[in-house]
Amino acid sequence: MSLYWDAYHETMSREQLAEIQLKRLKSLVERVYTYVPFYRQAFQEKGITLGDIRSLSDLKYLPFTTKKDLRDTYPFGLFAVPRSEIVRMHASSGTTGKPIVVGYTKKDLETWSDLVARCITMVGGTKEDVVQNSYGYGLFTGGLGIHYGTERLGATIVPISGGNTARQIMLMQDFGTTILTCTPSYALYLADEIHAAGIDLKNLRLKAGIFGAEPWSNNMRDQLEEKLGIRAHDIYGLSEVLGPGVAIECAYKNGLHICEDHFIPEIIDPVTEEPLPYGERGELVFTTLTKEGFPVIRYRTRDISALYPEKCACGRTHLRMERITGRTDDMLIIRGVNVFPTQIESVLLEFGETEPHYLLVVDRKASMDDLEIHVELSSKMFSDKIAGLEVLERKLRSRILSVLGISAKIKLVEPKSLPRSEGKAKRVIDKREL
Amino acid sequence: MRVQQISIFLENKEGRLAKVTDVLGQNGINIRALSIADTTDFGILRLIVNKPQLAYQVLKDQGFTVSTTDVIAVEVSDQPGGLSSILRLLEKVGINIEYLYAFVTQTTTAALIVFRVEQVDEAIELLQANGVRIVPGDKVYQI
Repeated sequence: MSLYWDAYHETMSREQLAEIQLKRLKSLVERVYTYVPFYRQAFQEKGITLGDIRSLSDLKYLPFTTKKDLRDTYPFGLFAVPRSEIVRMHASSGTTGKPIVVGYTKKDLETWSDLVARCITMVGGTKEDVVQNSYGYGLFTGGLGIHYGTERLGATIVPISGGNTARQIMLMQDFGTTILTCTPSYALYLADEIHAAGIDLKNLRLKAGIFGAEPWSNNMRDQLEEKLGIRAHDIYGLSEVLGPGVAIECAYKNGLHICEDHFIPEIIDPVTEEPLPYGERGELVFTTLTKEGFPVIRYRTRDISALYPEKCACGRTHLRMERITGRTDDMLIIRGVNVFPTQIESVLLEFGETEPHYLLVVDRKASMDDLEIHVELSSKMFSDKIAGLEVLERKLRSRILSVLGISAKIKLVEPKSLPRSEGKAKRVIDKREL
Repeated sequence: MRVQQISIFLENKEGRLAKVTDVLGQNGINIRALSIADTTDFGILRLIVNKPQLAYQVLKDQGFTVSTTDVIAVEVSDQPGGLSSILRLLEKVGINIEYLYAFVTQTTTAALIVFRVEQVDEAIELLQANGVRIVPGDKVYQI
């Protein structure tokens, strides 16, 4: 069993890595300047010519790419190769308008598979493993991304996609699934159903989970690891950049290693747009170095993270990114305070007395924001005395107040009464008309 | 001497209480006494039934948050001051009553009072020493 999928690239010195990055960056800039009118114009507006990129630090002079740019050029405006070279297209759900369309060349799909294989190896996966892929298949990049990466690794893929929980659990037992891949909220739902069905974890062969596509907390990790008897790893990716396989946690779970030979990450202040030093939290920005079909320059992900440069105990030299603590667009502003759903999740799980299924309901009454947190009560905490439940409500309320600085009404609800999701969890209902 | 009480968490929304009684009925479980404590958002339903263990299991299987609690049932003579004398006994030794409820039965003229206290054994001992008639669980279930 090898510790690395691609030891050469994963453990190379920072100097060697910088050399590769610069060479690839220059080639990327040349490609988009030549083939993508949008970028040529953006470069010209900033007065940048091809020879201006001489070192990696020149990256900061390049223009950003935003989600709006991707929408404005719908569907193929940012493709850097003729449409006939594109062998697959994926798209975002387009809940807020036209979807974002991304295209992959044959070589892009190979790179993608290779990076996902790298990620699965990083969590201890080998060709002996059975990977149950419960990410949705289709235009969403999660399902097919993991699928081809698993095949590339040579492990066995179970392409079940999301949903049909009873069948998921049956196959998990019968096929001896060792690695589960899905959103963390669906994993939690599966875990609850496994327990409800009275299945002994000893009858499952699960050893690891690769969970992503939505922000989640370390407390959620603890829950998943305990309930499923596995190691839970955070994987990161987004279709605009590649899909899953941009970054993943190694065995040390001390941040996610970014596949830096293919992507240059930056952290910027979302307001001033200035790059921030290592360790500071801000908006994550990616430049894709090797993508042919749909390369992006300094794509603003809206995800909040921080970067850490120290070499990891696993031997990898690639930068680690802090797990996503929120999104600039998921962030709720309640009475002027920035609130991320993951912060509330973390508080709830800290108590361990309530189910980690929750819903935030925000409303505005008489020009005052009102936050209600609906929390499923677990039998562990249930008391036959009203006072016992009131104490729980008060404790949660005061903890939320000290963590977030805002008061919230806690509403205890019956188990399984909040809507379950088979994909990304719906955590917020914002009724305010802003 | 203890009596097993079933407690169920109920959100204040339509049909939840009916769902509980449906589940019990379908499983041949008979309710002997019930009480509901409620707040704006939720209530706690407390039940004395003829088959407490079965009731606990079937309700749990139906996804309810349910627990069992040991309570004490005493027979109180139907005359002025009957309950008062018992409450005084407990008060004197500092046993706090969390809640209580009463029910009448056809087989006896006395009222049955169900107590919930923290110190169950202490309370039973005290009441017995003072000649209060305690009705044990197996009797209460069969009333």
